[in-house]
Order: sequence, then C-alpha cells, then structure tokens
Amino acid sequence: MKSITRPKLLEEIDRQLEGFDRVYIAGCGTCTTMTRTGGREEVLRMREHLQELGKLVTGWIVIPTACDEMTEVAIRENNGAIQNASCILIMSCALGVHKMSSYIEKPAFPALDTLFIGVEDGPGRYQEVCAQCGQCVLGDTAGICPVTACHKGLLNGPCGGTNDGMCEVDREKECAWTLIYQRLKAQGRLGYMRKLYGPRDYNVEPRPRMTRIV
Amino acid sequence: MAGSFREALNSDKFIVTSEIGPPKGTNIEKMLHHIDLLNGQVDALNVTDHQSSVMRFPSIGGCLAIKERGGEPILQMTCRDRNRLALQAELLFASTRGIGNVLCLTGDSVVVGDHGKARGVFDLDSAQLLQTIRRMESGTDLGENELDGTVEFCAGAIVTPEARPIEPQLLKFEKKVEAGAEFFQTQAIYDLDNFAKFMEYSRQFPVKILAGIILLVSARMAKYMNDNVPGVFVPQNLIDELAGAPKGEALSRGVEIAGQMIATLKKESICHGVHVMAIGKEEVVPDILKAAGLAGQ
Repeated sequence: MKSITRPKLLEEIDRQLEGFDRVYIAGCGTCTTMTRTGGREEVLRMREHLQELGKLVTGWIVIPTACDEMTEVAIRENNGAIQNASCILIMSCALGVHKMSSYIEKPAFPALDTLFIGVEDGPGRYQEVCAQCGQCVLGDTAGICPVTACHKGLLNGPCGGTNDGMCEVDREKECAWTLIYQRLKAQGRLGYMRKLYGPRDYNVEPRPRMTRIV
Repeated sequence: MAGSFREALNSDKFIVTSEIGPPKGTNIEKMLHHIDLLNGQVDALNVTDHQSSVMRFPSIGGCLAIKERGGEPILQMTCRDRNRLALQAELLFASTRGIGNVLCLTGDSVVVGDHGKARGVFDLDSAQLLQTIRRMESGTDLGENELDGTVEFCAGAIVTPEARPIEPQLLKFEKKVEAGAEFFQTQAIYDLDNFAKFMEYSRQFPVKILAGIILLVSARMAKYMNDNVPGVFVPQNLIDELAGAPKGEALSRGVEIAGQMIATLKKESICHGVHVMAIGKEEVVPDILKAAGLAGQ
C-alpha cells in the first residue's frame, strides 16, 4: 500500500514560497521515495531549484516515514536548521504534511499533490483499489471494488458507457464491472451479479472520519 | 398520474417516441418549434437531461413546454447531477405538473462533457432511481417518511443490445426490470439480426422494448460513432451507402435507411416500437416516419 503523489508544477511551488527566503525541505523515505516524488534525489533537486531562485536552503531531511510517530523525533533532532528557516517545503504525501504541520510552528507547504492510496500491480503501475467507504462489498464482487474501480461507483452493474471492457472516461482504464463479471463467471458465481442493491449509505462514518480503538 | 403513453404501451400499437435536445441558453424558440413539429407525430417525446454531460436548459423545462403545447413528455433523469433528495423533489414536482413518464438513466460521466471539473454525483444509479419511483408510489420517500400526496409514473430505462460483452448488460437489464422498469428505449441498433436475438431473450420479461434509431447523416458521422460511442456499431455496408451518396444527398440517404429499418421492425413485429433520435436534425423526423410508412399514425 502506498500513498500515491504527483509533483506540483514548479510555478505553483514557487508561488507558495513567495516572500519566504529561507526554506527547510523534508522528504519521505517511504511512499514518495518509492514513487520518486519525494526521496533523497528529488529533495536534492528541489534544493538546487530553490537555490537557483536565490533562496537559502537551511537544511533538508528525508524522514523515514513522514506520517509515523517517529517524525516528531526526527524534527527535534534537526530543530536548529528548521528554526533557521522561514518555512518548510514538504515532499511527502498529505499525511506527512499534516503530521509535520502539527509539530512545527512554521508555515508548511506541500510540494506534491496526493492522488490516492494505491497498490502496485505492476512495475511502476499503481492503482486505487479501495475507497474506504465503510461498507465492504468485495465478497459479492470477486475482490474487485466497484465503489472504487468503477468511475461512477456503481453497485448494480456496468453503465452504458462500457466499451469492449474499457471505461467511457479513459480507453486505458478497464471497466470494473467487466472485470467483476469475468471473475464471477470463472468462479461460477454469476448469480451474485443479480443482487439488486438499494441506495447506499454514504454516511457509515460521517466526515470528519475518526475512530478510537479500545 | 401516468398518462396516455402507458396506455399506448399497453395497446397493440407500434409505438413511436422521439426526443428533444434543449438549448444551451434561454433562446428556446428552436426547441418549441421542434416540439410543435413532433407533438402530433409521436406517442411521446423525451427531453434529454444535459445530454453527454453538456450543460443545457433542463429536461423538466422542456417537458413542461411539451405538456403546455398538448404533447406527452418523457422526463429523462440522470443520476449524475442530483442526489436522492433532489431527484425525489423533482419527481414530486413533475407529478404535480402532469408529467407522467420518466426515463431513468445513470448518466454519462461529467469528464466527457463541457464541465469536466464538476463533481459527478451518482448518489443513486438507474436501477435505484427506478426503485425510488416505485417506493414513492407506495407512499413513502427513501428516508421512509410518509408523503403527503404520492406520485404515479410510467417508468422506463435504457439497454444497449449491441454492447460487448453483452451478458453484463443483460444482467443489468434484468435488475432494471426487477426495480420496476415498464419500458426500455435501446441504444442505437443497426444490426437487425442481432437485435432480433436480443428481442427473443427480452420477450420473457413483461416490458415493452422501443428500438433506438439514430439518424445517420454522413459516412463520417457513422465512423465517428463506431470509434467513439460505446455499444454502437454501424455496419460497413451502411457506411459505404452513405459515402456513395451524391454530394448533398447523404442526409436523405440516412433518412431512407432509418425509415427502412423502422418499417422492417414493424413489419416483422420484431419489437414494440422505436425511439427515433435525430440529434440536431429534428426537422427530418417527420420524413423518417414518412419513409417508414408511419406518417400521421
């Protein structure tokens, strides 16, 4: 499981950093290192870019796992360089930005856009497979989530936009319901596609979503 | 109150419906002209609901105009733009204004339309919208609250008989029947043998099937549909026929092709009727019906 990110355009990053001359950069050693959006190499390249803009980079770090509890320790150890900066540019996913913002009393800016939580299903190919809806239907759909993998999140089968097994919004994306159909058929469970689902509960856990493990 | 369309569906008559595409803007003159042109020629007229996810004058507005001008409207409702509260509210409103027919669709993705950054809703899907109508008819809303005055609709849905693979579409079709669909208007069909097979299958269900006829206006349009419209397959011989038409006559060839198809469907009693879609060329719908031998039915 990885948090999948995409770099923001440099123009947007530059705009966020306008008026901040001293910048501390933090990357992440887990997801954004894997996706090459916020690992050591990308952090160093960002440092070069900011220096070219005439900014002072007071320091940088690649935190092992930015969303983890240990992030607080890593930040404490680098407190000098962080205090010396007027802001922090964070090259982790939004979970890391959230975490670091709660520890550092300085403006923090994301260098990346967080797209989804995905799994790697081929070299360099990541896919969102769960939307964390709180009402799992995978038992009926042969392990393929229609809430996530169908563009419209349909529970009752394919829409009319499905075309030779592909989705109407992108010919590179497979139609979830064609995949579900094929797998259920192979398992001799096509009857599961006859189940008529009533309207879904979109508020199983109303937002903001939180829970307490006791 | 379900209107004359349900009566027509339940008669032995060969049903003809067509559709109106509302304008992008407040100039409704052309729409009103098309309504006046078609009202007397068809059993009912659909009004599209932001077709292809392109923002337009609303379906309900077109339906009111049809009603005011003496016609029988079919309100197209997609689940793309409204959640269950808004959909139910519109059904209540339609009911009070004498709009008695609803076509339930999931709706195209907003991504393919002209407001690509909008949020697609899809709180319900087409089958669930059908269920919603039947539940409201029994006196309660989706929140299980009692309605002060209920609704009654002749409700339909769509099916794509030429989809590949077809089986998932048929399973969905059966769910729509279970959810309460009384009639189906199909995606465009061009292969009559294939469609006859679909009809053979669908006759086991207590629903009326209106074959979708999309007017072909040029070989280019036919090829475009083959490349871009899911579930539409225009055979090569029709493309050749359109390409071979003398300059300026492709449209009249298209009218003849559509007319002949309708005539065959009726003569061989293949289905219960047709739904004619002329997409921008509503002017020639009467010519298509004439070519089919159905004018002034």
